[in-house]
Amino acid sequence: MTGLWIIPALPLAAVALLLLLGDRAGRRGTAWIACGSVGLAFAFALRAVIQLAMLPPDQRALVDTIGTWFRVGDFSADISFLLDPLSAVMVLVVSGVGFLIHVYSTGYMAHEPSFRRFFLYLNLFTFAMLTLVLADNFLLMFVGWEGVGLCSYLLIGFWYQRPAAAEAGKKAFVVNRIGDFGFLLGLFVLFTAGGSLDYQHLFAAAPQRFAGAAGTALVTVATLLLFVGATGKSAQIPLYVWLPDAMEGPTPVSALIHAATMVTAGVYMVARCHVLYQLAPVSLEVVAVIGAATALFAATIGIAQNDIKRVLAYSTVSQLGYMFMACGVGAFSAGIFHLMTHAFFKALLFLGAGSVIHALSDEQDLRRMGGLARPLPWTHATMLIATVAIAGVPPFAGFFSKDEILSRSYLSGHHRIWLAELLGSILTAFYMFRLYILCFRGRPRMSHEVAHHVHESPPSMIVPLVVLAALTTVGGWIGMPLIEGGHPFERWLAPVFENAAVAGLHQESPATEWALIAISVAAALLGIGLAFRAYLRRPEVATALAERFAGLKNLLVHKYWIDEIYGVVFVRPFYAIAGWFWRFWDEVVVDGTVNGVATVVEGASAVLRLFQTGFVGTYALFFALGVAALLLHFLRHP
Amino acid sequence: MIPLLFAAFAAVLVASSLLVILHRNPVTSALFLVLAFCSLAALYLLLGAEFVGMVQVIVYAGAIMVLFLFVIMYLNLGHDVEGGVQTTLRRGLGWVVGAVLVAEGAMLLARGMALGPETPQSPPPPGGNTGAIGLLLYSRYLFPFEITSLVLLVAMVGAIVITRGRTTPAGPARAAAPRAAAPRAAPPATPAAGPPGTEPAGAPAEEVHA
Amino acid sequence: MIPLSWLLLLSAVVFAIGVVGVLVRRNALVIFMSVELMLNAANLAFVAFARHLNSLDGQIVVFFVMTVAAAEVAVGLAIIVNLFRLRETVFVDEVNLLKG
Repeated sequence: MTGLWIIPALPLAAVALLLLLGDRAGRRGTAWIACGSVGLAFAFALRAVIQLAMLPPDQRALVDTIGTWFRVGDFSADISFLLDPLSAVMVLVVSGVGFLIHVYSTGYMAHEPSFRRFFLYLNLFTFAMLTLVLADNFLLMFVGWEGVGLCSYLLIGFWYQRPAAAEAGKKAFVVNRIGDFGFLLGLFVLFTAGGSLDYQHLFAAAPQRFAGAAGTALVTVATLLLFVGATGKSAQIPLYVWLPDAMEGPTPVSALIHAATMVTAGVYMVARCHVLYQLAPVSLEVVAVIGAATALFAATIGIAQNDIKRVLAYSTVSQLGYMFMACGVGAFSAGIFHLMTHAFFKALLFLGAGSVIHALSDEQDLRRMGGLARPLPWTHATMLIATVAIAGVPPFAGFFSKDEILSRSYLSGHHRIWLAELLGSILTAFYMFRLYILCFRGRPRMSHEVAHHVHESPPSMIVPLVVLAALTTVGGWIGMPLIEGGHPFERWLAPVFENAAVAGLHQESPATEWALIAISVAAALLGIGLAFRAYLRRPEVATALAERFAGLKNLLVHKYWIDEIYGVVFVRPFYAIAGWFWRFWDEVVVDGTVNGVATVVEGASAVLRLFQTGFVGTYALFFALGVAALLLHFLRHP
Repeated sequence: MIPLLFAAFAAVLVASSLLVILHRNPVTSALFLVLAFCSLAALYLLLGAEFVGMVQVIVYAGAIMVLFLFVIMYLNLGHDVEGGVQTTLRRGLGWVVGAVLVAEGAMLLARGMALGPETPQSPPPPGGNTGAIGLLLYSRYLFPFEITSLVLLVAMVGAIVITRGRTTPAGPARAAAPRAAAPRAAPPATPAAGPPGTEPAGAPAEEVHA
Repeated sequence: MIPLSWLLLLSAVVFAIGVVGVLVRRNALVIFMSVELMLNAANLAFVAFARHLNSLDGQIVVFFVMTVAAAEVAVGLAIIVNLFRLRETVFVDEVNLLKG
């Protein structure tokens, strides 16, 4: 009746259709099928959410069970979807932003020979992501979890003939897999101790099942393992290393997967399991600390990168850290709020960067950009809005969500987390405006040939930018404290979260709140100001500083050499072990056994061959011997 | 009286069989085999199987052995030369196996396998033994009888085909041999067609009918 | 009359002599003759039983055996002739065409 299954089924049907039609669909047909399916999915999702909204707040849950997937003994896993306020937010973001990016891709990938394959993968990804957010049990969610991992590999390595892209795809998949392994272990613990993998059953029973010291230990282990999966999927320390390399993929891929949707799966998962995390305060601390560390770590790397997409990649890692920090301090709805606004402006930033790259004939180095404000008016305007938003300046979306996180952190007593967030805020504003200035302001530094070809992008690319810019502008307002009794977004999510830990924090004095707001805005403006000073007014300061702190700069440019360290510590020994397995077990043991069998057979047959003398006399002799033996037998057994 | 005759003919049979396999000259072996067949025919007569005995002499001694002798003469073999270590081993084993077989046979018989009493002999029907067999052949055993004619046809065709050699023009050199082989193949067929209880005069008609 | 067991023993002895002949001699023709010996030994057994059981069926069988033996001799000799043409020998231990 609820028909929730239609939402993920539509992109899947598009995949099947595109596979069947092959090249007969043509570019236009492919584009219509692909974008249409996601657009329709969004429409259905919207309808379902409206249906949800019409229910009273404490009954806001729509479940749609298609059937049983498998049944083993007492345990059964169903293909069943759940729409509650949390998944409503996620499904709208995924399908809405996904739709805009699909439309953008029709323009960006217009000259791509493997056009159809791209949309095939993109739709497959959308199907997997929608399954992930709409699942009502861990197993189905894991299907979506793995599915987005797979599609991420396929899309990052889309131009697979390029070695760098193929390597990046492989790296993403392998690192994700490590995270998924932790996730699976967490699921095992949850199932064994919790008795079910169904959200509603597990979460309802959790307080009793995980009570006491032993129970708390179990749930801590489970949630930490689940978080390992989240660090893989959402690129936190230590499994973030795949995301910057993932920029080898086409820019719309970076926008969709690595900004707006897939990387947020970890945050969604933590928010979904908040009941479990709240039973394990140690895990929450870990989440918050890792989030903080990652946020600062990535931000520092971001200020030294020269590739426009790399800067945005590290920015994503950093912002994801913010979302985890929010969850870590118990402000789950704030984390989801930031997830949503981040989806808007990060997607906008990536798509805008794509527009710039497209305009500059595939130039991605910031040092060879500049002065693009005039030739690219639309791109410039929308990018500026996004940059201001991510810096956290009101009235744009980023401000509301980031401020929410900051104030929650402070008011729940996590002062050091709050300081980290504040510092991160300054850095974020700084490196984002560095990007903006280097790209759009100042003197043009590109080659004359490229400068000659600079052109604004086609409407198929501009329109999504504009839509996203509009969302970035107004999207934050649903979290504003002053509208409609305050914090409508949070109240929407309240039935899901029952944020006992942070309930009643609106009762603190307005003065404190305004003070906090003022501080966060000041931090943003500080960062912006520093950026302008360093890169626009007095660029020689930047160069001087770079020379003075050359060692530090080198460290940042080389991302703290983390990839190299991983290579030596993990990758090389692993290859060595694998090599040993190959040389000994495979070549000696397995091949030896197989070849040994053949040799034995050969030997035996060489012996048996001696019977075939070719002389009739020998054969006759054997005949006679046989007869004699037979008679002997009859003699003994009459 | 009869046991005496039996003992005599049995002795001749055994002796001539032994000489068949022991003699060096294949022609002599063939002649001793003829002797063995004849003594066997005598044994048949003693056992009251007159028709079989007659056919034994006519077919075996008269046709088959003749054929054997034809081939031996044609191949122009001399005395057999025996020798070689491998053959010695085989020969030794051969004698051993033979002895074993006889021993086993004797033991089986000595075990007193229930042979039962001899069934009383019924009086000879009109036409004698031959007539009786003819009656049986044309009633109960008609089908095998007809199949036998096919067997003979196949044998004849086979023998000709085998000895004809290749169909290539290289034939002329060998053409003499096939023609020598063909008349040899024909004689056994004609007399062999004789036994189906009719006079040899009707043999060609028999052949065509078969 | 003649006891059945004597006849059967005689048949066995002739048969064994035939077997020895097949195994011991080199000349293919003599081997063939030994095979004929074996066939005749079987024929003797048949006739003996026909007599013992007062049934003509045994003699009928002998009749058919003889027919088949004749056919077999014709073809077999043709083969030996062919072998002689091929290898200039009738000694079976000089021919191992069956090998392999």
